[in-house]
This record gives sequence, C-alpha cells and structure tokens, in this order.
Amino acid sequence: MSVARFWRETLRRYNLGGSRCTDCKTVYFPPRSVCPHCSTHRRSIGRMEAFQLSGQGEVFSFTVVHEAPQGFEMQVPYVLALVKMVEGPTITAQVVDVDPNSVEMGMKVRAVFRKLREEGPEGVIQYGYKFAPIMRPVAGVHPPSDSEK
Amino acid sequence: MRDVAILGVGQTRFGELWDRSFREIGIEAGFRALEESSLTSRDISALYIGNMASGTYIDQEHIAPLVLDYSGLSGHHLPAVRIEAGGASGGVALAQAYLAVASGLYEFVVVGGAEKMTDVTEERGIAITSSMLDHEWETVFGATMPALWAIVARRHMFEYGTKREDFARMSVMDHEMGSKNPLAHYRSRITLEAVLESQPVAEPLNMLDCAPSSDGAAAVVLGPLDRARKFTDIPIKISASQIASDTMALMHRRDITTMDATVLAAKRAFERARLTRSEIQVAEVHDPYSIAGLVALEDLGFYPKGKVGQALAEGEIGIGGKIAVNTSGGLKSQGMPYGAVGIAQVVQIVRQLRGEAGENQVSGAVAGLAHNMGGTGATAVVHILERAD
Repeated sequence: MSVARFWRETLRRYNLGGSRCTDCKTVYFPPRSVCPHCSTHRRSIGRMEAFQLSGQGEVFSFTVVHEAPQGFEMQVPYVLALVKMVEGPTITAQVVDVDPNSVEMGMKVRAVFRKLREEGPEGVIQYGYKFAPIMRPVAGVHPPSDSEK
Repeated sequence: MRDVAILGVGQTRFGELWDRSFREIGIEAGFRALEESSLTSRDISALYIGNMASGTYIDQEHIAPLVLDYSGLSGHHLPAVRIEAGGASGGVALAQAYLAVASGLYEFVVVGGAEKMTDVTEERGIAITSSMLDHEWETVFGATMPALWAIVARRHMFEYGTKREDFARMSVMDHEMGSKNPLAHYRSRITLEAVLESQPVAEPLNMLDCAPSSDGAAAVVLGPLDRARKFTDIPIKISASQIASDTMALMHRRDITTMDATVLAAKRAFERARLTRSEIQVAEVHDPYSIAGLVALEDLGFYPKGKVGQALAEGEIGIGGKIAVNTSGGLKSQGMPYGAVGIAQVVQIVRQLRGEAGENQVSGAVAGLAHNMGGTGATAVVHILERAD
C-alpha cells in the first residue's frame, strides 16, 4: 500500500473517527458520506457529521488466525474479531494482550493504538487500532501504586 | 424477453495446470462448448468472460479480446466483454450474457469463466484473494478470507448450536462427489477425522475446510430456446438468472450468519422460475470454505437455520436423498479457479439434467440450481435451470 493511500485514512485509523447521520442519528465506522438508512429520502446527503467513537466495545465473533497474510507472519497465532462498539458500529480488528484461548463472545474490550504491520524492509510502518481486554480487578492482586512504579 | 437455452457446455480439468497458459484453457473450454452445440464459431454474436484477477495473477488485463483472438475469431470483430465480480465473476458473466440473448440483442453467445491461479506464490495468492474484501477496513487490519468465514462459523456455532463436525461434513461430501469427477482438482476421498485434524488456518477452520487455488476454465453456449432443438437434443432452459448484492464488509451486515444477497437472489429466482425448493433435485452451492456451503444451503431456502449438519450426517443431502448437492465435487474438491467457478457449476447442472453426470448422476433430475458468490457474500448469483425437451 502506498504511503499516501495509508496516510489519507490515518485520522480514522488512529483515532476511531466515524460519522453520524444528523437525521436518523445512526453512527458509522468507517465514516460514510451517505446514510444507508436515509439515502432513499436523500435527507442524509451533505448532512453527515463527524463522530468520535469511545473505543469501548465487546467481541461479537472471533477467530485465531494461523495462516497470516504478508506483514502479519510474526504475529501468528493472532485473534481477529468483529467488535461491536457501544455506539453501534461493528469493527474488524485484532484483539491483543490476551491469551488467544481465553477470548470469548461478549468479552469487553477497548481500543488501543498499535503497530499493524510493516510492508517489507522498505515499506511504510502502518499503525492503527487493535483491541485489548478491559482488565477486571482480581482478588488479592493489586495494581502497582504510583510510588512502586 | 424471450426464453434462453443452454446449447452446449465445456470445461477443462481443474488443478495445478503448470503446462498450460491462461489463453489455452480459455480456448479449450469455449471450443468444447461450441462443439457440443453443433454451432460453428461463425454463428457466434458475442463472447463474455468471467475472470476475477488476471491482472494480478498473470499480469494480463484485457483478456476478452485476447481469448477471442487466439480462438481464431479476431476477424469477426465480435463484442468481447470481461466481467469481474470476485468469486462470482462467472455467475455474473452468465447473467449478462443471458440478458443479451433474452433481450434479442444477440442470437448465440459463448460465456466462459477462467482463472489461472497457480502461477503465483502462496503469499501472493493470499493477497489476491483478500482483494475481494474491503482492503482499507478489513485486510489492513489482518483479515483474510478464511479468517472472516471462520468468524461467521464461530457466530453460527454460538447462535444455532452448530457443531464443528457439521460444516466439516461439507468437505467430506465434496470429496466423495469429486472422487468421481474426472475433471476435479482433488479426486481423493477424505474422512471427517482428516478434516478435524488437518492444520488450522483460522480457527475453527482447518486446511481441509478450505478450497484450493486452481487453474481452470468452463464455458457454455446460449441461444434462444425456440431455436434450440436444431442445435442440441436436450435444450436446458435458463428459468431464472438473478444477482443480488450486500455490504462489502462482513462487519456491516445485518446478520453475519445469513448472507442476505443469497437469500434475495434465491427468492427472486424462485419467483421468476415459478418453482418451489422441493422441485429442485440438484444444486451446486458456493463453498470456498465448508461453513459457506452450510450457510448457503440455509440461505437458499433448502433448510432452516442450524439444520444442515444433521441432514448431511443422515445422508438426506446426497444422491438418492432429498437433494443432491455439489455433485461436481464443489469448490473444495473440483477446485476453485475463481472466474470459472460460476460457469462450472452451471456446466455440472446441465450434465445432470441431460443425464450425463456419470457416477454421480441423480436419476430423473429435471430442475437444478447454481449458487455463485463473491467475497464474504457481497455478491450472490442464482441460476435455475430446467430440462426443456
């Protein structure tokens, strides 16, 4: 993928910037310029607004990938999921910082900013969102206090 | 609109055809179909070719005049059209050719489908297959075609209690059928255990849940039904030819366990053909991954959600059963040269309806269905064919 092609979507890929139809209020990711719900009425054209997703969601379905495409070979086995965001849209992304065998349907996750892949030795390094489990406190284990860090 | 018939069919062997070029296989399929129809190339008014990715597989675009030229027909200056619709390229090409004959614009046309997939490395092959997906919002994030179908499988298991064995049985059935098809890429039988124990690709899908990359071509000759008897003993009528589409990315679907494009193409096709599901004896369904075949049998309306696995286990799906599926071997065993798949499915249904399907013949088959799909279901094509003698 060319530098320009990746660069022009960085705002969305770095910050989960979506869009919302000002008419029916449906939220989309990636952003759309026409609302699929309202397009027959032509009401949404020119009336979509930028909408920032919170990054909170849950695993809707997932797989553990063993045969990776180019640039992802070093990451196998990795979890690829459809993540249902709290604002409505579903996003295709990796789930990381987790044992692949412990991922479950409905698992709560949050977006994290990570390196996606390098396209060969001369290619651009691509960054973007992945998802990580939202940690729940475990009995008897306390997060380090500021003085311990 | 007038009725359209299939007058001849032809197909190359599917497989790793290292000694044969793209143009060679395209020409072979086309001429085989022409020979069967007793038409000559002088009778042809147009050529349509379904092809997904010749530009990336063999660095060759503009293939329709290429194949026509090497078929010796450049002097006729015929319209030559290439159609691309991912894995549904063949089916969509047939639908366009059908329209051209039905409208009266053309009299006799050849519709081919061809793909040459084994000239590239496996790594390159994965990238080309992924080009059927939404590159910017699926592939960039590590998605592959089997990974997305695995996500469908996992959700299907979650919602309907589908078992891992249920879709593994699609692969077993395909290989059983394909073992008797002399043109099939893989002619070996496989066991359920072999599917379950083969190496993982994207969990829960293993290598033996996935159709192979193949080279191959297939072609059919179309003409008006009212003139068909002059060119063939058993004309096969195209009773319906319907295309439907859906969101490009799987994540944007209403329901990832139901391919709405398949549901709607089938609904429109059955209405057009004025047939019911129970009147179909043979079907070819698009199963690049075992789970896709299972979902297709549901979406086409042959089985309710979650009931295909049991029907496969009990032999209700098969020769002598309620409906025979993928008697060609399907994509898993016959092979998956993308652009050729949709045409090869129709070739097999035509052979069944004529009683020429050899060891996999379904006795008394008079109506059949072919289901072709692109990507994770953004395009679906359904053709319904009937004997018209």
